[in-house]
Amino acid sequence: MTDLTRLTAAEMAARLSAGTVTSVDLTQAHLDRIAAVDGDVHAYLHVNAEEALATARDVDARRAAGEDLHPLAGVPIAIKDVVVTQGIPTTAGSKILEGWVPPYDATLVERVRAAGMPILGKTNMDEFAMGSSTEHSAYGPTRNPWDLTRIPGGSGGGSAAAVAAFAAPLAVGTDTGGSIRQPGAVTGTVGVKPTYGGISRYGLIAMASSLDQAGPVTRTVLDSALLHELLGGHDPRDSTSVPEVVPPVVDAARQGASGDLAGVRIGVVKELSGDGYQAGVSARFEESLEVLRGLGAEIVEVSCPNFEYALGAYYLIMPAEASSNLAKFDGMRFGLRVEPDEGPVTAERVMSATRGAGFGDEVKRRIILGTYALSAGYYDAYYGSAQKVRTLIQRDFDAAFEQVDVLVSPTAPTTAFELGSKLDDPLAMYLNDIATIPANLAGVPGMSLPNGVSDDGLPVGFQILAPAKQDHRMYRVGAALETALEKSWGGPLLEQAPELEEKA
Amino acid sequence: MSTISRDEVARVAALARIDLSPDEVTRLAGELDVIVDAIAQVSAVATPEVPATSHPLPLTNVYREDVPEPALPVEDVLAGAPEALDGRFLVPQILGED
Repeated sequence: MTDLTRLTAAEMAARLSAGTVTSVDLTQAHLDRIAAVDGDVHAYLHVNAEEALATARDVDARRAAGEDLHPLAGVPIAIKDVVVTQGIPTTAGSKILEGWVPPYDATLVERVRAAGMPILGKTNMDEFAMGSSTEHSAYGPTRNPWDLTRIPGGSGGGSAAAVAAFAAPLAVGTDTGGSIRQPGAVTGTVGVKPTYGGISRYGLIAMASSLDQAGPVTRTVLDSALLHELLGGHDPRDSTSVPEVVPPVVDAARQGASGDLAGVRIGVVKELSGDGYQAGVSARFEESLEVLRGLGAEIVEVSCPNFEYALGAYYLIMPAEASSNLAKFDGMRFGLRVEPDEGPVTAERVMSATRGAGFGDEVKRRIILGTYALSAGYYDAYYGSAQKVRTLIQRDFDAAFEQVDVLVSPTAPTTAFELGSKLDDPLAMYLNDIATIPANLAGVPGMSLPNGVSDDGLPVGFQILAPAKQDHRMYRVGAALETALEKSWGGPLLEQAPELEEKA
Repeated sequence: MSTISRDEVARVAALARIDLSPDEVTRLAGELDVIVDAIAQVSAVATPEVPATSHPLPLTNVYREDVPEPALPVEDVLAGAPEALDGRFLVPQILGED
């Protein structure tokens, strides 16, 4: 019998509807895989076995009764722990929310449940999604399935590692500055940040409200499209949700897989290359451009001169918004409450003691940076300037997209680094997101897909960016590249990853 | 020379309502100095004629019909609270001693 966990989500869906496999079989296979490998990988903070199997049994019964089901009904999924799930513990990787069980579902979770998808569990992440390595989780890091001594990226390292380790076929991530795409790049998986507002943010524990975006984490471009189509679309409970239908992402992925990119204009962002990019990353990127050219695409270089200021603007806007969003963790209504060791027990002093004890180093760093940037005397120079840079970056994108249909770059400047190697140097950690941040500042969609391994044998990611609300363009190009690359490799890149040791 | 002093970090931490140990204050002063140096370059291109952008896509305010909708049950909301009493959040005194 074939190992069910190795199938793509699209293949699982096809077998479910053909009646050759049950959702209980699929769900149990993944729970077994989690039990066998997650002691080493630590992709999950919570495994939701009982409820997942109950959902699977229910879907199997409904299918047997002839009910009309969603195409993904019965396909299991993992959810990043920053998304609230009614009845399933949600911590956002923080001690301040340890043991909290949300009283409601995020809109995207409602859609997952309504489609009949068993929720395998909640995936590990940097605390409140602040980090690029998952090492800032209060519950210990996730390890990269390609090499357990290395980071799986962040903040959504748990979702990416779960999918890469065949411990889930699909996962949900969130991307504020690259937290879906960079983990995708370093784990050899696919990750998509849709257009800002393309998937509801209702029920996401917010970090930076003008940047945060949920999206799919999968092993193939088509699987991302299938999940994107399910999760996307307008939500009246999120006033920033785009009030339009989801772009035709699934059709675009299928069209792209046919391999014809004739007439597609692809722009290489000049500023996202060169110094600082590992040689193997640059080499794979150049090879992918050749592949795209071979499929009929026209490749040109475009300049986005203000991208060099994107990292600076991001590290002002994001902490400023985070400092405001995280003010709700005050020890009053949910989560941890710590009383001061001495002195009067007032609400204000309880709040300070709670946050001092409950937040980790990176969260404290960003809240204090954000509070500083917003404080009197600094506001104009820092936050005000960052907002102007945001305008300039949007203009760069507008100008670029007048010349080309999509933009491309390496997703991350390096492959996965050793756990612990950048923990003492916050700025070095921040530089991992240099190529992914501009999309968040402008609200445009971005995708990362695997495009080979570097000289160190670790996976490399290829980023595709499209204009706002034109998400389907990157699915077409991504699927075309994926199909061509897999043909040249003789199978998916993940087949080149070392086998994880299965423990009884 | 450090532009963000220990005093400055302590002042901002108090504004942000986060208790920090003396060691944390020292470490943060050094780290934030490096970070702020790196990000201060944004002011180089943020000239007066450039308008600020607060949001990635143009937005207008959204209203919904003023129709009551069911809220979460009180007991569900209070289930996650550190302390509750008589259907309400139980919180420490909100005013100081003096």
